[in-house]
Amino acid sequence: MPFNDISYERFLSEEKLMGSRCQKCDALFIPPRSICIKCHGTEMEWVEMKGKGKLAAFTCIAIGPPFMIKEGYDRQHPYVSGVVELEEGVRVVARIEGVDGSKPETIKIGTPLQVEFLHRGEASNSKIFLAFKPL
Amino acid sequence: MQRRRKLGRGVAMVGAGMSRFGMFSDKDSKYLFAEAFNEMISTVDKGMDPEDIDALYLGNFTNDFFIHQGHWGPIIADLLGITPKPATRTEGACASSALAFREGVFAIASGFYDVVLVGGVEEMSKRSTEEVTQGLAMAASPYEVKAGFTFPGVFGAIATAYFAKYGASREHLMNVTIKSHNNARLNPKAQFNVSIRDIMNQRIERAKNKGEPIPTWRDEKEFLRDPRANPVVAWPMHLYDCCPISDGASCVLLVAEEIAKNFTDNPLYVVGIGQGSGQGLHAKEDLTYFEATRYAAQEAYELSRLKPEDVQIAEVHDCFSIAEIIHIEDLGFFKPGEGYKAVEEGLTRLDGSKPINTSGGLKCKGHPVGATGTGQLVEIWKQLRGEAGERQVPIKDLRIGATHNLGGTGGTCTFIILERR
Repeated sequence: MPFNDISYERFLSEEKLMGSRCQKCDALFIPPRSICIKCHGTEMEWVEMKGKGKLAAFTCIAIGPPFMIKEGYDRQHPYVSGVVELEEGVRVVARIEGVDGSKPETIKIGTPLQVEFLHRGEASNSKIFLAFKPL
Repeated sequence: MQRRRKLGRGVAMVGAGMSRFGMFSDKDSKYLFAEAFNEMISTVDKGMDPEDIDALYLGNFTNDFFIHQGHWGPIIADLLGITPKPATRTEGACASSALAFREGVFAIASGFYDVVLVGGVEEMSKRSTEEVTQGLAMAASPYEVKAGFTFPGVFGAIATAYFAKYGASREHLMNVTIKSHNNARLNPKAQFNVSIRDIMNQRIERAKNKGEPIPTWRDEKEFLRDPRANPVVAWPMHLYDCCPISDGASCVLLVAEEIAKNFTDNPLYVVGIGQGSGQGLHAKEDLTYFEATRYAAQEAYELSRLKPEDVQIAEVHDCFSIAEIIHIEDLGFFKPGEGYKAVEEGLTRLDGSKPINTSGGLKCKGHPVGATGTGQLVEIWKQLRGEAGERQVPIKDLRIGATHNLGGTGGTCTFIILERR
């Protein structure tokens, strides 16, 4: 599979969080890259992440884009998006589930998290979203 | 950087103008640009003939999406009556017109042109807030959009990382907002030319007239802490941490240094320009600074042989309150983690040692995205020439000013240093 966003999404739909590792210098990237930004090498291999990490940054969004409004989020029901630092040392951006977006003071940076795959939409038009929730 | 960069020949700014920024149902992009252009001409001390313009560089980001019209270069060239002179549109999200400026500088420095008009325009207010949010998200990384991030959301997340690293809080962001409003109160071109205190008084007056309970805020911070007055947009970004949706245009006239005195005895010289690129949130080494800003600043400082302490006044890209704090650190004005303290101590106020965003910044002046980069230059033009009226900074021998423009979530950052000699 090519090291690109299409393959990354395909893996996500199989509930696998996959990155790429440079065979020359061992640098790890998620989402995958086809060109290593450390050594400019082009030989990559797939690596599955364990799906564990901790919260590095977050926000509770009251005014979201149309696809989030459709999920029922609004000013009274904010959702949470965040940056998660994985155990492997790389970071991803993801939805943060299992926390209360209307009580941001209860959400702590450094909270241990584990991956969750959110399936949304009808079967023919189903989409998968990367999320994390507290361990 | 392998070698010291240099311009092939000097470039000077000899005129600068902007439309009023705001939300205008009755003004379109062409009308707004004409307003900016006419003002620009009126600022050229010895006059100028539009026929002398060799080329136009125009920044615009979202008109394709918001008003379903692209290809703005020739439309504006035709508006000004300068066809068939070439017109080039630049796109760098919210830094689009700073890129136009840079291309204009290169075009003159190369010796190709002598007189270049650079500017920007944006028409955003004819769409709903949700549509504008979606349109602007086109400049974020695709991963951020899918994770539900909006622009306020990205800067909200950056703020939580900054708070955790340096011990700052929402209270510190409020200092930025209060200062921006105090400055914008003195700027007739600003979208919100009122102080927070003015807004509080208006609300109290309105409550009295309607016979509603009268709010009892003791000070500006208590107003900003009130969720009814200042609701959450993307925590910790609240309404008053965010720049508004705006329409507007701005432009400046650049000429070769050797002919500058034909236009004015008081030109500003382009002594530093820098531009950098950055990565998405997930790939950033650290969430509390912008690599692209640091690179752009280094490039501009090297070209100008100036240091951060030489810059006396600056307009920085405060799309969100936290951004202003991070930029004044990245540009070297204050050490990392100390920007919020500098704001708290009043150092960045009009009467401070390093006035920042004397125009009111994006927060209050408005942020018609493609017009912002050259709009910032209009403020520095006024300040360095002593023409900023009530908001003129009281610094003696004011000679060096700078502008910092940011596109996307830090994907494109620019830094420009101007000098009055």
